[in-house]
Amino acid sequence: MNARSRRYSVRLVGLGYLAVILLAPLSMLFWRIWAEGAGKAWSAITEHDTIHAFEVTLILCAIAVPLNTLFGIVCALAIVRRRFPGKGLVNAFVDLPLALSPVVVGFSLFLLYGRTGWFGPWFTSHGIQVLFALPAMVLATIFVSVPYVAREVVPTLREIGDEQEQAAYTLGASSWQAFWRITLPSIRWAVIYGVVVTTARCLGEYGAVAIVSGSISGSTETATLRVQDYYENLDQAGAYGVALLLGLIAIAVLVVMTVLKPNEGVA
Amino acid sequence: MYLFTMPMNKAKKLVLVAAAAAALLAATAATASTKGTTLSLVAYSTPKPVMAKIISAWQQTPQGQGVNFTQSYGPSTTQAKAVAAGQPADIVFFSAGDDMNLDADAGVVNENWDEQGYNGIAADTVVVFAVRNGNPKHIKSWADLIKPGVQVVTPNPFSSGSAKWNILAAYGAQRALGKTDKQAIAYVQELFKHVVSQDTSGSNATNTFLSGKGDVLLTYESEAINARLQGKNIQYVIPRQTMLIQLPIAVVKSSKHLDKANQFLQFLRTPTAQNLFVQYGFRPVNPQVAKSAAAVKEFPARPGIFTITEKAIGGWRAADKKWFDSGGLMTKIEENAGGPTSG
Amino acid sequence: MIVALPIAALVWASRADGLGGFWSAVTAPEALSALELTLAVAAIVALVNAVFGTVIAWMLVRDEFPGKQLVNAVIDLPFALPTIVAGLLVLALYGPHSPVGISVAYTRTAIVLVLCFVTLPFVVRTVQPVLHELDTQMEEAARSLGAGELAVFRRIVLPSILPGILSGVAMAFARAIGEIGSIVILSGNIPFHTEVASVYVFNQGQNGDTVQASAVAVCLLALSFTILLGIGGLRRLATRHERA
Repeated sequence: MNARSRRYSVRLVGLGYLAVILLAPLSMLFWRIWAEGAGKAWSAITEHDTIHAFEVTLILCAIAVPLNTLFGIVCALAIVRRRFPGKGLVNAFVDLPLALSPVVVGFSLFLLYGRTGWFGPWFTSHGIQVLFALPAMVLATIFVSVPYVAREVVPTLREIGDEQEQAAYTLGASSWQAFWRITLPSIRWAVIYGVVVTTARCLGEYGAVAIVSGSISGSTETATLRVQDYYENLDQAGAYGVALLLGLIAIAVLVVMTVLKPNEGVA
Repeated sequence: MYLFTMPMNKAKKLVLVAAAAAALLAATAATASTKGTTLSLVAYSTPKPVMAKIISAWQQTPQGQGVNFTQSYGPSTTQAKAVAAGQPADIVFFSAGDDMNLDADAGVVNENWDEQGYNGIAADTVVVFAVRNGNPKHIKSWADLIKPGVQVVTPNPFSSGSAKWNILAAYGAQRALGKTDKQAIAYVQELFKHVVSQDTSGSNATNTFLSGKGDVLLTYESEAINARLQGKNIQYVIPRQTMLIQLPIAVVKSSKHLDKANQFLQFLRTPTAQNLFVQYGFRPVNPQVAKSAAAVKEFPARPGIFTITEKAIGGWRAADKKWFDSGGLMTKIEENAGGPTSG
Repeated sequence: MIVALPIAALVWASRADGLGGFWSAVTAPEALSALELTLAVAAIVALVNAVFGTVIAWMLVRDEFPGKQLVNAVIDLPFALPTIVAGLLVLALYGPHSPVGISVAYTRTAIVLVLCFVTLPFVVRTVQPVLHELDTQMEEAARSLGAGELAVFRRIVLPSILPGILSGVAMAFARAIGEIGSIVILSGNIPFHTEVASVYVFNQGQNGDTVQASAVAVCLLALSFTILLGIGGLRRLATRHERA
């Protein structure tokens, strides 16, 4: 096999796989809307409970993303710049949500805050509804999106080292000034990229939130849960309508991700 | 854990914690900030279309004006357990009396729920066979279900109310045909060897069937009609001997809007609501509406319809003990057939 | 703290019935079947993605073709797309109303297909940087000494990118065992046929069978943790390799 035919066959295999596995399903997004009727899909999207579902998703993102960004930066700083006992464990725990099933996450929260759970009774006696309401959903969303900012910032921090900050300290800067003026700007793009990925994760979360929320339409249903709601009720048009909206948002996120991504691996 | 490794000083730590707490509290407040009364309906999996209509009809009445609803639909037993475990609800609408009993035993609804108006039932339906258009396998009776090669779809009896009705209907039909208890149980056992899918809920089972699995779906008449109304390729057969499915509804004791919830329940039995039930394929409990032209046309009388209080079955408590409690007949039958032994 | 506490509660709940109870919950036929299916499907998907992921990474690093930037961007789509949308789309493509006439909804094939979609980026993204960094001098040298392309790949390129492939595979595997959103619509969740472990935990949990659910959940947790530690080890191995 000469070099040229080899290259073509590699291309064929690679692109072929991509087309079958990735692009074909994607095209269904538009095909199905057209097949089911755009009108029905539109009325589903503008239904009160669907709008509410998107609101819920946005609220969850609005809370989880900033918190995880803060935590991610702090954690990354600690992991890269500090030495402390149990660092490896902290690292593992931060990365755990990446490998862990969202169902396990949701279920363990359910155990913790349920009627017979460790914390459940305390909250019930104080009249605070955790499960089947926003607080549990917020906790679940935070849990599953913990790693992303940290994972983006850690390699960047490692690369740039801390000489600049050291220099600043010798010039009399406080740790806060050093952080704000030097560290933060240098990790800026990593943080932003991490934020985008975290947002995408929060938008798309399903399993953990499904367990802790009870999927109550008009109350604790998120956009992703709404898709399932429509599907289970034999309303294909509605399901694809909401799915299309989510898909468009995902593509928008993808575009932002691509633009911001540190350019590696593309010769 | 990470709080102790932060490079920032203590003040910043406190600010972070406070911010997180504030955010959570804001979230809790956000859920609570809807104007007017909101009633939470927790129901079994299939009545969403009809309930949506009935709710809007009620919201047009002076009593229902300004009342919002949140709705949750899922497998009947699972929903009952969720409410017992703390899921907030004002009204619960299940597909089987034993799920209502579950909540009564848990103190969620009144013990005497079935002594309220209309015995606590909102509407009725019957067990039917949903088949492919044209009924290619000519499935008409219970005996046809166990013919070689026939594949049956029914939900999981440990999570779905529909499944329980199907099983009791199968058993009751055999007894009505003169079989002994042992023979009837053997029939159910044989039936489950033909079962190819046991989804968690009636509505999921419908989806599975509509996606091409199985030759016959055991389901509610209302669900078959609902699917037809939505344009799906389905027709149904009412077997000669079948069971009357009575769908219980009750108000949750701890509801903060007891009077509104009760008003809604009363509305459900008025001709307006009952006519909507008929439109969506449910058999009305209001005797007036039952005699109306539309109802008579839609629901052919079948002398072979029996209920849960049939002697051979003996009511829900007895049925649970015999069939559906852990270690009961269904556990054994499922084990035999290689099916799920829990929800 | 947000991470550790719920995990602790989970482990505690699974011990509620004692070690014997834990074992019988895990070895319950339905649970075992679900776990077996999960592991088998994840393994298949990881392998498939190992091969194709490497091919795609190679294509993106070493090859030039029109639209390459677009392809590179599209790889990340499964990261950005909500999993339930992915499930719905694959169902549309290969389900009852399929335009291609293939109907595999509610089968294990469907699960494999959708998991390939969801885990596609992992191997590609872990192999790309390594391949990019690779010094082609060694390959040139081997070729000039008369080695065939396959030998060059096997003896020189592969060992260097192997840690990358392995960690990508591990991540894909971890993701596959835990996936729920895309599977729940597509597989029919038929016990003993298409019910995966995550769906099993979901159903048991919903129905109040806490011990069963937490037992299987702990298994998944242990698997995830092990994979994570494995990836960490691999990472250290790779950097040691570089330093050598």
